[in-house]
Amino acid sequence: MKVAIIGASSALAHETAKFFARDGADLFLVGRSADKLAVVADDLKVRGAHSAETFVLDVNELDRHEELLQQTVATLGGLDIILVAHGTLGDQRKSELSVAETLQELNTNAISVISLLTLSANYLEQQKRGCIAVISSVAGDRGRPSNYVYGTAKAAVTTFLQGLRGRLAKSGVVVVTIKPGSVATPMTAHMKQGLLFAQPKAVGEGIYEAIKKGKDVAYVPGYWRVVMLIIKSIPEGLFKRLPL
Amino acid sequence: MATVNKHPQSWGRYPIAKSSQVVPVYWRDELPNLAAFEQSILPYGYGRSYGDSCLNDGGVSVDVSHLRNFIAFDDETGVIRCEAGVSLADILEVAVPRGWFLPTSPGTKFVSVGGAIANDVHGKNHHSAGTFGCHVTQFELLRSNGEHLICSPEQNSELFRATIGGLGLTGMVIWAEFRLKKIVNPYIDMESIRFDSLDEFFELSAESDQKFDYSVSWVDLLIGGPGLCRGKFSRGNHNQDPALAQKPLKAKKLPLTVPIDFPSFVLNSYTVKAFNEAYYRVQIDKYVKKTESYEPFFYPLDAIHNWNRIYGKRGFFQYQFVVPFEHGREALNKSITHIQKAGEGSFLTVLKQFGDVKSPGMLSFPRPGITLALDFSNHGERTQKFLRELDQIVEDNGGVIYPAKDARMSAESFKKFYPQWQEFEQYIDPKFSSSFWRRVTQGTDSNIPLYI
Repeated sequence: MKVAIIGASSALAHETAKFFARDGADLFLVGRSADKLAVVADDLKVRGAHSAETFVLDVNELDRHEELLQQTVATLGGLDIILVAHGTLGDQRKSELSVAETLQELNTNAISVISLLTLSANYLEQQKRGCIAVISSVAGDRGRPSNYVYGTAKAAVTTFLQGLRGRLAKSGVVVVTIKPGSVATPMTAHMKQGLLFAQPKAVGEGIYEAIKKGKDVAYVPGYWRVVMLIIKSIPEGLFKRLPL
Repeated sequence: MATVNKHPQSWGRYPIAKSSQVVPVYWRDELPNLAAFEQSILPYGYGRSYGDSCLNDGGVSVDVSHLRNFIAFDDETGVIRCEAGVSLADILEVAVPRGWFLPTSPGTKFVSVGGAIANDVHGKNHHSAGTFGCHVTQFELLRSNGEHLICSPEQNSELFRATIGGLGLTGMVIWAEFRLKKIVNPYIDMESIRFDSLDEFFELSAESDQKFDYSVSWVDLLIGGPGLCRGKFSRGNHNQDPALAQKPLKAKKLPLTVPIDFPSFVLNSYTVKAFNEAYYRVQIDKYVKKTESYEPFFYPLDAIHNWNRIYGKRGFFQYQFVVPFEHGREALNKSITHIQKAGEGSFLTVLKQFGDVKSPGMLSFPRPGITLALDFSNHGERTQKFLRELDQIVEDNGGVIYPAKDARMSAESFKKFYPQWQEFEQYIDPKFSSSFWRRVTQGTDSNIPLYI
């Protein structure tokens, strides 16, 4: 199995990759920091990965995406699964005060993802098989005052994936939208962690299972499907008064 | 720097400490600047030490549980290198399918490698394999002056010896390397033998420790009478049948969880007596032999998450001592009588003979002799007094108490048990301290560390 992971040093990507490593997969790990990628690659090799190569890239360098895809295919000798897992949980308050900050968030969490998806979709469509999996978020299901910039980016990704899924279904390419709820990772370490926070290992396993089964949309952990169903059903007039 | 709101606790949940801050470490290339902290520092892993050796009340707890990456594993030699927050469970998950096993393991696999070194942990094979520290080949230690030191029996060897069993006080272990043990399959040939007296335990132990890599006994101390105790002697070896290597282990059952603190009256000498009776009787035959997977053999309690909650909110005291063989009978006679008289029920009482494999650790607990591990609900001063009396019996018989399980021994006792503490103190990092260390060294002027 040839798996490319974008944002490979994020906790969720790493936890998911551990399951692919156990299967003896060939891994191509992409991220911003060479040091961190090396740490993750060594770990995954000990855990059973057949190979784990790394590629340093800031996803906001959109003009290098073509090169990235070529490198991925050349290194792995093909491509079965691409997992797009990068993202930043920016400071909502800063975004409210700065257009530049807002656009930066949208670039990292939406535009760069859409660019990568466009290129990899074309490659897999021609190949007529493969899987695109993207870590979106429950935050994209409904805009909330506490994180609507992040949520907007994730909503864009979710909608893009819906369309892409329909298009690629004809060529046998699977598109998996993953919507994790709150997970106890470095990204959320500063937050007060309530009952709904899940452990990264369990979420990584959920993501791996969703990819293996080729699910369309996977909430991980699964109870977030119910939570979001309730949240989505609250009338706007009431919702806008809720401290969410 | 990110800090976390959660306050580190120890497994015995006594005492309750409050760190001034908890600093998580996520990456080897983003280690905190230890010199910048105003308060003292102590690394914290999964909080499986029972007492206060993992606590730093009023100081900084550096949470290393996220340093959880493997670095290298040599399938040929079994040498593995990993970050300090990797748990023994993580290692088993990777190693067992490839025919390797931990060189030794405590009764829970949910401890970190850093903690296994800091407490120089031991297991059922102490008589044949020694402590965890005996198998460590090297590690990297970060000192508060920013130095990264590789410590091994050859390099920085004194700091190597001080760090093994050094209770996390000599600096922060970043990664460690140690030797695993070759196995043919994940199964254990185990035998369980009921015994009805302390003498019978000694006979079984003498007979078993030559032939079996692993041995340990569960004991019931509340029976009274001349036999003093009864129990079940469990012993085992790794199964050697290559055919079993392919046999899949039983699917894991969902772990049970103790969701709430039990009220403190749940565990008393009557319920403990009832439990002991049931546990003793459940094995109908005197002698049982079977081949089972390694997990129930090594980690029966890991199947129940948060089992420490059965002792209620006030927590509990673990108490483990070792006495030299020549005082074994007398010390056990006296301590068992003392426990019976006080009517204190110990729920998970474990008896074992340590062997003479010497650990490199300067402050290590295990040494040749008989070791008894007990636990008692915390009933305040009544329990404290009872344990002080037990300390005296241990001391009179040339024994020592295990720091990793202690929350209350006096400074005076500690210094008698570990006369090498002053030698050890030279290697403590000047910025490091713990609740335990302050407690057991109080009343002495702190030496200025010679080792900088």
